[in-house]
Amino acid sequence: MTTLRKIFLRREAGIAVMIVLFCLAVGAVKPQFLTLDQLRIILLLTPLVMIGAMGQMLVIVARHVDLSIGSMLGVSAMVSGMLYRYDATWFGVDMPWWGGIPISIVVGALLGLGNGLLITLFRLPAIIVTLGTLSLYRGLTFIISNAKQIDRQWIPSELKGLAQTSPIMGIPWIIFIAFGVALATYFFAMHTRVGRQIFALGSNPVAAPLRGIKVNQVTLLVFAISGALSGLAGILYASRWGFVNPSNTGSGFEFQVIAAVVIGGASINGGVGTVLGTVLGVLLLGCVSAALPLLGIPGTSQAAIYGAVILIALVIDRSVRQQGIASLKRARA
Amino acid sequence: MSTTKTAPAQADSSPVRPRWQTLLIRPETMTFMLLVVGVFGGSVLSPFFLDLSYILRSFTLYSELAIVALVLTMVIIAGEIDLSPAANMALSACIFAWAQASGVPIPLAIVIGLLSGLAMGALNAFLVIGLQLPSIIVTIGTLTLFRGLAQVLAGDKSIRVPEWFIGVDKIMLAGIPLPVVLFIVLAIGLGIVLGGTIFGRNIYQIGTNEVAARHAGIRSARIKSSLFLLVGLVASVAGIMTASRLGSVRYDIAAGGELQMVLMAMLGGTYIFGGRGTILGTFLAAWLLVIVSTGMIVANVLPAVQLVVLGGLLIVAIIATNLIYSRTQR
Repeated sequence: MTTLRKIFLRREAGIAVMIVLFCLAVGAVKPQFLTLDQLRIILLLTPLVMIGAMGQMLVIVARHVDLSIGSMLGVSAMVSGMLYRYDATWFGVDMPWWGGIPISIVVGALLGLGNGLLITLFRLPAIIVTLGTLSLYRGLTFIISNAKQIDRQWIPSELKGLAQTSPIMGIPWIIFIAFGVALATYFFAMHTRVGRQIFALGSNPVAAPLRGIKVNQVTLLVFAISGALSGLAGILYASRWGFVNPSNTGSGFEFQVIAAVVIGGASINGGVGTVLGTVLGVLLLGCVSAALPLLGIPGTSQAAIYGAVILIALVIDRSVRQQGIASLKRARA
Repeated sequence: MSTTKTAPAQADSSPVRPRWQTLLIRPETMTFMLLVVGVFGGSVLSPFFLDLSYILRSFTLYSELAIVALVLTMVIIAGEIDLSPAANMALSACIFAWAQASGVPIPLAIVIGLLSGLAMGALNAFLVIGLQLPSIIVTIGTLTLFRGLAQVLAGDKSIRVPEWFIGVDKIMLAGIPLPVVLFIVLAIGLGIVLGGTIFGRNIYQIGTNEVAARHAGIRSARIKSSLFLLVGLVASVAGIMTASRLGSVRYDIAAGGELQMVLMAMLGGTYIFGGRGTILGTFLAAWLLVIVSTGMIVANVLPAVQLVVLGGLLIVAIIATNLIYSRTQR
């Protein structure tokens, strides 16, 4: 098999082709869709989902699911927002503008660790635990903020600048941060021992402990990463939109992220998932979101599209698996 | 000689517990005791809790979710899960309201609403049983899809229903609001089906070990499909009842209802991994949840704290149920 053919047979190629076809189709109707300006709009839609999707991909690879990411995003953004609002001091000096970034990441990691502890200590299914913490963490957001929004004036302008100013070629910082997270996830998932253990755990949870994988530790780590990345997405939400609202911030985030991850080819049966596929899945959803207003489709249809995307991706995933089984049988015969 | 024959069997199994003990550590008993404690605590909090009609009126607010939770219990016992019924309620209510607003007579609009609910159940059944996809992710997808379609249909507006159609919760049968009567009747009916028929026993067997059940000749695909269809149908009934209670329909009715439905099933001792649970448990848990929620409202607890309590309760309930089951078996 030639290298070219191998590339085309990969799952990622299919998504890339879908992105190109979609953009060409929209561009044929509305030529302004194929401009650089539009590319900037698409890219600006993606960073938060991309960061969340990296964590969720690892969770799904480990054969779990994390429904609480939107609420973790909300809590961690709110904690930082409250600190900005009340001019918190760090060891006697005012909190620097970037102070919210590590704080949000740590808060998110702790919340994710909470999920992981419940799941591993009591052997509970992740779906029910995170359904519970989805509500629990959302309630926490209201409690710590006293149900009040953190308005524009409290968010440091340098932080808001991350979404506007750019180091190079007019591309804002947060897009670089998102792609940086994707690169780091790639390195972690493909080139570290723990990263490979996540895949081993997801492909066969029974065999994993027999091969010396510490299942509980790996599971805890995966949920902590998912939380930490939600935290990072939280502070970038504050940067991108300039406010933190106890009820809106992060709500529905989980559905966008899960849609992006499953369209990106991560298998819900665990053990399969790539960073490149997830990035492409995020970009595809970004293209769709950007095309809607141009095509005159109301924004209210977005949730329905995410739902349809999840289901279509599941059906594709199944047919790919069926083909794999069929080709294995042929090879054996 | 006869003693040696029976000895191995006895050595295998732990000593038989007295009947009162097995009854006492059933999760349903725990739910019942919590319910008693809840009513007692509530009555200390406010004398309203000793007024049955007040509790019945509070229950109507949760009766739609409770009705669906009864069927959801059977789905969970069969080893699957359905997170989409709350979104199904919203979509079928929107379809119903939209149909009658565009001139379809109400009875026909109700039929359309019910059929759409059934179709949503059929979609879940097709994806989970036909294509053998995991119900967890499938119903997350259909949850998003249904809620999204409801939003497409209704937009941000609310659709009004005619004056005479409003107020299903005000109709009283022997002093009990109609939705509560429906809940009780359905609970009795499903309790008999689940506990006393072959169909019901088959559900338990599928949930305990699906492969073994299939080898034993149980048509697991057919039974599970019928359960998903039933959830869809009952969810649409609940959706239309919600429309009648509220007097208007928005896309976000029963928002977050999936949490409360799963919570009712879990509080009632349904085992999340399938094979155990009873309708009685969910029946008691629905009352317990109403007492807790109403208690929090009476005590002026912030809505945010209520979110925390509900989420925490779900996790505590599932931990407790798992502990009870691991104690009593294996």
